Amino acid sequence: MAITTRQFDAVVVGAGGSGLRAALQLAEANLRVAVLSKVFPTRSHTVAAQGGVSASLGNEEPDNWHWHMYDTVKGSDYLGDQDAIEFMCRKANEAVIELEHYGMPFDRLDNGKIYQRPFGGHTSNYGERAVKRACAAADRTGHAMLHTLYQRNVRAKTQFFVEWMALDLIRNQAGDVLGVVAMEMETGEVTILQAKATLLATGGAGRIYAASTNAFINTGDGLGMAARAGIPLEDMEFWQFHPTGVAGAGVLITEGVRGEGGFLLNKNGERFMERYAPTVKDLASRDVVSRAMATEIKEGRGAGKDADHILLKLDHLGADVIDKRLPGIREIAKKFANVDPAKDPIPVVPTCHYQMGGIPTNMHGQVLAGHGGNAIIKGLYAAGECACVSVHGANRLGTNSLLDLLVFGKASGEQVVKDLGADAIAHQELPKDAADRALARLARLDSAKSGESVHEVGAELRRTMQLHCGVFRFPDSLAEGVRKIHEVAQRAGSLYFKDKSKVFNTARVEALELENLVEVAVSTMVSAHARQESRGAHDRSDFPDRDDAQWMKHTFWYKEGNRLEYRPVNLKPLTVESFEPKARVY
Amino acid sequence: MGDLDRIRWQCRRGLLELDLVLNRFIEAELESLSPGQLGVFKEFLAENDTSLLAWVMGQEEPPAQYEALVRQLQQR
Repeated sequence: MAITTRQFDAVVVGAGGSGLRAALQLAEANLRVAVLSKVFPTRSHTVAAQGGVSASLGNEEPDNWHWHMYDTVKGSDYLGDQDAIEFMCRKANEAVIELEHYGMPFDRLDNGKIYQRPFGGHTSNYGERAVKRACAAADRTGHAMLHTLYQRNVRAKTQFFVEWMALDLIRNQAGDVLGVVAMEMETGEVTILQAKATLLATGGAGRIYAASTNAFINTGDGLGMAARAGIPLEDMEFWQFHPTGVAGAGVLITEGVRGEGGFLLNKNGERFMERYAPTVKDLASRDVVSRAMATEIKEGRGAGKDADHILLKLDHLGADVIDKRLPGIREIAKKFANVDPAKDPIPVVPTCHYQMGGIPTNMHGQVLAGHGGNAIIKGLYAAGECACVSVHGANRLGTNSLLDLLVFGKASGEQVVKDLGADAIAHQELPKDAADRALARLARLDSAKSGESVHEVGAELRRTMQLHCGVFRFPDSLAEGVRKIHEVAQRAGSLYFKDKSKVFNTARVEALELENLVEVAVSTMVSAHARQESRGAHDRSDFPDRDDAQWMKHTFWYKEGNRLEYRPVNLKPLTVESFEPKARVY
Repeated sequence: MGDLDRIRWQCRRGLLELDLVLNRFIEAELESLSPGQLGVFKEFLAENDTSLLAWVMGQEEPPAQYEALVRQLQQR
């Protein structure tokens, strides 16, 4: 079958913050750039970021990047690479000011400078006290950032392919990446987008969990493409959870509810936090509360017919207090949990929020080939939540996600410009089998006359991850999880849907997305099962402590052979002294 | 059919809350919307996610042309 081929200097997959920031760098260097996105760019999940973007501008009080760097290294539980972290924190001011010049409507101080507010984990003088470092545009920072970057890209003549889904990477014999095979949803037609540089910016894959704050589009398409092309995935065991999302929906219930006197109950109506944290009870730190909730559920004291959630009681506060102190909570609970919290408790469960791991890159966005070395894959770059550079290590500080996508979106764009510009490279010849993998996937799905339901296999995948690889991990449960997720992967090999039409066939898209989620889920489960320690967001009941002697290393998972390798953490920053591991106490 | 399928896909948004509300709505009602209602819904989907969220969650009054639609969405 003849397939249309279109040539570009660079193809960017994903049009959230990092994809748009990278594309801008490329388009302003007069490269021919194609940006693919499943949804209209300003509807990318970056829009959900409310908190702000961190930069040690020092507009409110003294601050500097060394302190930001210390906070980030500590927050990462010493798994972050200190060269990349130094790079990010040093570039933060420039990244924010650049955005300001692009017209981003930051909140301002009376003197006209950017207003900054405090945010958890950000301190001055190496942990001494909280510092105001987060720059925000009201509670719509991500939204404003997307719009600013999108407008700027339009001006720079970036070419957008909206409602296109990238299916697979094209690699030649030498292993170089030569573009992507993609599908236009409106027609269902497949096109080869040939490029000298391919940049993955597909965001996180939080949809592997039954309880997730992530939008439906967050299916790890870039990670699935990378895994199928033989590229490793790094540190996939590290996922950030929030203790209280609405069970079955994922929408967050603010921690302010417990701050105002709400508390958690198990199925027996017991206020169980009294057992886990006798003094502070429900006001214990996030990880303590999440761990207690997971333990109650694991031990059979969860509420509901499946004993799979916890109850958050706040009716004793009274409707007036709830309305006054917790505006919007009743609306959220009614809409997404079908309860009025002024009368009944809200079903909640620890809920996945952010993916720390991803496609391994150096700080220039170049994707690492793995096998322990620094070798890169020619022609391939990644940035943002889909990448693991690694600045977040085992846990991410609030407001560092928007910073990550700005700094590394730009850095990877700059690297592409450098790589393409130096010797004005020509397109390499496409291999004959360039589109074979993607076409075979589509052909299998389109010709299947029976098989597994996408909906059921997807639900089983999410349930398995939630139950066996959630916020708190138990050895027997992880081992069973590995077995079960391989079963799910097996089932996902024979997906079937009835409607084979080409035009906006959501069923086909969901099947393709599920194949990506499978790679993410398997890599997560296998990596988590192997890491015998607790560090940052990876919390194991059988190995409660961090083990720097054995585990200060990054996990690399390979799809082929379901194999793991490890790579030492880079403890050496670029110009400053290393931050040596210490106990992480806040 | 093509038009409805396009609308179904465009109910995929950047915010989980909207995914949930919009998908509940289209599952129950998309096929029974009148041509006029469908036109309003299409326009509505072209608006920003942050605006849609504020209207659906009752934090802001929607523009007059969306009032009936937003009421329907809120009942879902």
